[in-house]
Amino acid sequence: MLPTLFSFLYQFGDAFAFLVIASMGLAIIFGMMGVINLAHGEFIMCGAYTTVSLAQLGLPLPLAIAGGAVAAGLIGMLIEVTVIRHLYNRPLDSIVATWGLSMIATQGVLIVLGSTMQGVGTPLGSFTVGGFSYSTYRLVLMGIAVLLLAGLYLLFYHTRAGVIARATIQLPRMARAMGVDTGRVYTLTFGLGAALAGLAGGLYAPTMTLVPTMGATFMVESFVTVVIGGGDIFLGAAPAAAILAVIRSGMTAWQGQLFGQIGLLITVIIVIRVLPGGLSGWILGGRK
Amino acid sequence: MPSGSQLAKALRLGAAVVALTASAGLAQDAIKIGVLEDQSGDFAAATMVKVNAITLAAEEINAAGGIGGRPVELVVYDTQSDNTRYQEFMRRVLQSDKVDVVFAGFSSASREAYRPIVNQFEGLAFYNNQYEGGVCDANMIVTGAVPEQQFSTLIPWMMEKYGKNVYTLAADYNFGQISAEWVRNIVEANGGTMVGEEFIPLGVSQFGQSIQNIQAAKPGFVVTLLVGAAQASYYEQAAAANVNLPMASSVNVGQGYEHKRFTPPSLKDMYVTTNFIEEVDTPAAKAFVEKFRARFPDEPYINQEAANSYIAMYLYKQMVERAGTTDHAALRAELAKGDVCFDGPSGKVCLDPKSQHMSHTIFLAKVEADHSISFPTVWENIAPYWLGEAGCDLTKNDPSAQYTPSSPPPAN
Repeated sequence: MLPTLFSFLYQFGDAFAFLVIASMGLAIIFGMMGVINLAHGEFIMCGAYTTVSLAQLGLPLPLAIAGGAVAAGLIGMLIEVTVIRHLYNRPLDSIVATWGLSMIATQGVLIVLGSTMQGVGTPLGSFTVGGFSYSTYRLVLMGIAVLLLAGLYLLFYHTRAGVIARATIQLPRMARAMGVDTGRVYTLTFGLGAALAGLAGGLYAPTMTLVPTMGATFMVESFVTVVIGGGDIFLGAAPAAAILAVIRSGMTAWQGQLFGQIGLLITVIIVIRVLPGGLSGWILGGRK
Repeated sequence: MPSGSQLAKALRLGAAVVALTASAGLAQDAIKIGVLEDQSGDFAAATMVKVNAITLAAEEINAAGGIGGRPVELVVYDTQSDNTRYQEFMRRVLQSDKVDVVFAGFSSASREAYRPIVNQFEGLAFYNNQYEGGVCDANMIVTGAVPEQQFSTLIPWMMEKYGKNVYTLAADYNFGQISAEWVRNIVEANGGTMVGEEFIPLGVSQFGQSIQNIQAAKPGFVVTLLVGAAQASYYEQAAAANVNLPMASSVNVGQGYEHKRFTPPSLKDMYVTTNFIEEVDTPAAKAFVEKFRARFPDEPYINQEAANSYIAMYLYKQMVERAGTTDHAALRAELAKGDVCFDGPSGKVCLDPKSQHMSHTIFLAKVEADHSISFPTVWENIAPYWLGEAGCDLTKNDPSAQYTPSSPPPAN
């Protein structure tokens, strides 16, 4: 009984961690800022490639992952200043622009670095519970997902920088009137979103194939989580990830991967039909 | 990693059309060969090398005077791992470029996407890829290995060594489904049991639950028929979870060189049946690898599809020279004689008139703990016999259909 329960919890945690880590960057860029970022996967790929390159140069893996996040964040800020800045409140244009960026990044990496890159291998080994063996690194990922949620909550709700960021995005004119440099706040917030995407890439790089198109495998899960969650990261994306993780791991255990994916997509169809504002819109709307 | 020659190559690909006319060849005299392969997208890692193999063969042929005195000109398009691109470019090479022959396709989905177009315009296409078998179509010549060559050898050998309980993990499209049917039939015919079968949608990269399903089923070995870069993440994740089961495959190593891309020992005890990989230790294979690397020094891996594409160029050359024309009926009349053979990188191979598939020497490649390759056994000259025995005979009629063990050719 206990091994079965552990197995279910592990699979749930694994799916939850993937959804949270993959979608946090998008939750900030798309959920909060309203930029439909189709280059989200390429920020993830950038983080993964940087992480593996640094690790192969001999840097310890945690530092390499941090390097991946920083690299993606810097590129994100550069793209915000040059491209995204001009597209706020123009969602259709931002779709085309970010899609173009994503194609440039994928094909650019293919041309410059080739079709694949050798991985670094998953660290930390494995452990056994009741006849099943599990990867220890994935437990670490679950822990990081929870820490990430807590850290972002503290950042946005309990620091001055967080208040300014939320104020800038909700009422930019008022924030400007109060003396906030809104342009800089947009750049930094977009950069944070990109850095979180890069972190996702860095964290999953040791467990995956490194190819220029690897970002695509994160896209469906990220968008589904953010769309179901709605605009607020903590009231939205976190419970959305939890619900989707239950549905995904349950359906996959029951009928295989295909049904896991079907379950994910049916859930999003139902939720956006019933709760157009996502989970957070529903929770916040209920409060009024 | 990036180098002048790679950038130059990329620029040429960007231009989409690569003309390889020999120095003084007259353009209208050239034999035009369409090349539709994935040079970007999910399959690029396994297929970019095919274009280089075809280029190498074309350059060799041109340097030696062309095909029957006519130079070879390649018309290359990047199909982007996208089935609709295959249809678009197949129409383009056949209708507006008017090529004499097309070399096309990696995934079986892409082949089935373009095949009706080849039939519609009475083209001739070489499919230089191992696949799930069963295509009985006079407009197609297949140089890749098929299940009676890859599974009828591999599965009984694995069952003898690792027991009769088998688990299949396969990509969820025509290749994976039909290959899994072959595996199932062979396992049952040898008195074994399928303890599990799971089909994975293309593009899936997270295998936590599948790994646990495999551990719960306790198979002797796992047949992995995973396709594309995303699905290859399975090996790393299974190794991290310490699954530690032997694996058998018709597509890994020989196609996507996973043993080079992943950190040892994640592919330990992977057994693959393939007609060529760059580690094959025969003089012919070594010579091929040597001249390939001399021409393309940055090539990450020379896989079985590279060898098959190269062989296909020389088979086509031989048929055209024997027939004295590029007319398809005349070429097939040569093929029907049953002696179109070529002694190349993977040893001597011959085209089978009934199915227009190719015989192969099949190497059993084993991945060791340090990801070096050993060859526990070799099966010489395995003919592509299944289609012919099942009733496909392209010398008599052309059904242009794909058959499987559960839907064989109709009995006459």
